Amino acid sequence: MADFLQAFHTALRLIVTFDPRLVEIVLLSLRVSLLAVAIASVIGFAVGGALAVYRFPGRGAVSAVLSALMGLPPVVAGLFVYLLLSNTGPLGVLQLLYTPTAMIIAQVVLVVPIIAALTRQACEDLLEEYDEQLRSLGASSSAIVATLLWDGRYRLITAVLAGFGRAIAEVGAVMIVGGNIDHVTRTMTTAIALETSKGEIALALALGIVLLLTAFAVNGALMSVRRFASRLAYA
Amino acid sequence: MLDQTPPNETKASVNGHGPLLPLELRALSFEANGRRVIDRLDLTIDEPGITVIMGPNGAGKSVLLRLVHGLIAPTGGEVFWGGKRLDRELARRQAMVFQKPVLLRRSAAANIWHALGLRGVARSDRAIRVGDALKLAGLERRATTPARVLSGGEQQRLCLARALSLEPDILMLDEPTASLDPASTLAIEELLIDAQRRGIKIIVVTHDVGQARRLARDVVFLHHGRIVEHQAARNFFEQPQSDTARAFLAGGLVL
Repeated sequence: MADFLQAFHTALRLIVTFDPRLVEIVLLSLRVSLLAVAIASVIGFAVGGALAVYRFPGRGAVSAVLSALMGLPPVVAGLFVYLLLSNTGPLGVLQLLYTPTAMIIAQVVLVVPIIAALTRQACEDLLEEYDEQLRSLGASSSAIVATLLWDGRYRLITAVLAGFGRAIAEVGAVMIVGGNIDHVTRTMTTAIALETSKGEIALALALGIVLLLTAFAVNGALMSVRRFASRLAYA
Repeated sequence: MLDQTPPNETKASVNGHGPLLPLELRALSFEANGRRVIDRLDLTIDEPGITVIMGPNGAGKSVLLRLVHGLIAPTGGEVFWGGKRLDRELARRQAMVFQKPVLLRRSAAANIWHALGLRGVARSDRAIRVGDALKLAGLERRATTPARVLSGGEQQRLCLARALSLEPDILMLDEPTASLDPASTLAIEELLIDAQRRGIKIIVVTHDVGQARRLARDVVFLHHGRIVEHQAARNFFEQPQSDTARAFLAGGLVL
């Protein structure tokens, strides 16, 4: 128990003094996950909006696969991207394995299904209400997609936050394609895993606290977006 | 029955690019789940003003309006506007107001702006037309209010203002006041009478007999997907020809 208190004390000190090791890891984690979610959002909005509006053969199957992939295990996403980027893989020439870029790609793979599936659902719900009115106004399919994405903006924000929550907290994908290399690809989650196994509880604990605070912040943002949207009847 | 005008006789449109009237339905049918909702309708509407489509619930009034507007495709027969089949160009000259106001999750002004954008109105003209439309509906002070927090009456007025901002030749309304209070209903009716004076052809579905009396130039009475009567309003209300219309007007239950 004394050990634990000691570690907790050290952890807090690392945080309040902005320990450079800690800061480096936190910033890399944020950079990777924020970029991954930004890219995944662009893809996810387009895919989700199109799936809601366009009618084509196999549309139901695509939607079902997308929903199933929302639960894609991060290690599987990591393995998939690893195979793509490894020297013998189709994208091996790019030499991206064990770089932050590889981690971003893996997290994009992980997050796109979440954002796309939630976007599709939001757009379909709106379309049910808007369809006749928009067609009466002469809207083209692409104009309908644009209208639905804008009118679903608050639900899309929550989809993005859900995607970010998933990306920042996962360990499997970044571990496999990043390799947890010090100063290069060490993120909060991989560092926690490593430091804990080494018995270096203090840094692990400090990172754990930062991660927990990030999760709280995301959740708080989710709730305030919902409250704001329903107050304006935009939900 | 009204005089049947030959199909090729046409009338000048408000905007002057090819006439939309007469509206002609030839053996128009619509089936859903094996049930004939609209049953081989023949109808010609060639006079301006307000045409009211009446009939008991389930008569097929709303479906008829959607067929005529091109929102759904008939399973049989055809719709002609000014002798031509409905195409994109003709559809652009129509506007429709639905029973339940459908408003985007944006401000009142942005709703009208969006509709004008879909119709390809230049940005420079949009602001003026948005302002005019809001003023017409008495909603100037609500311009920046989220449309969906407006009252029911304001929402429907906004829908009507949005439709009128498109400067349609034909305006269709499906039970526009079915869930509104008398004051809101009156506001809508005044807007319709005013629009009709400016030369917009109006087709309105209602089962409110009082409203039909106040608005109609001619009445199409529908029952079980068939046209029972099409008469000038005065004749229809004073001497309905059919038992169903007589019962309906007397406030009886028409099954």
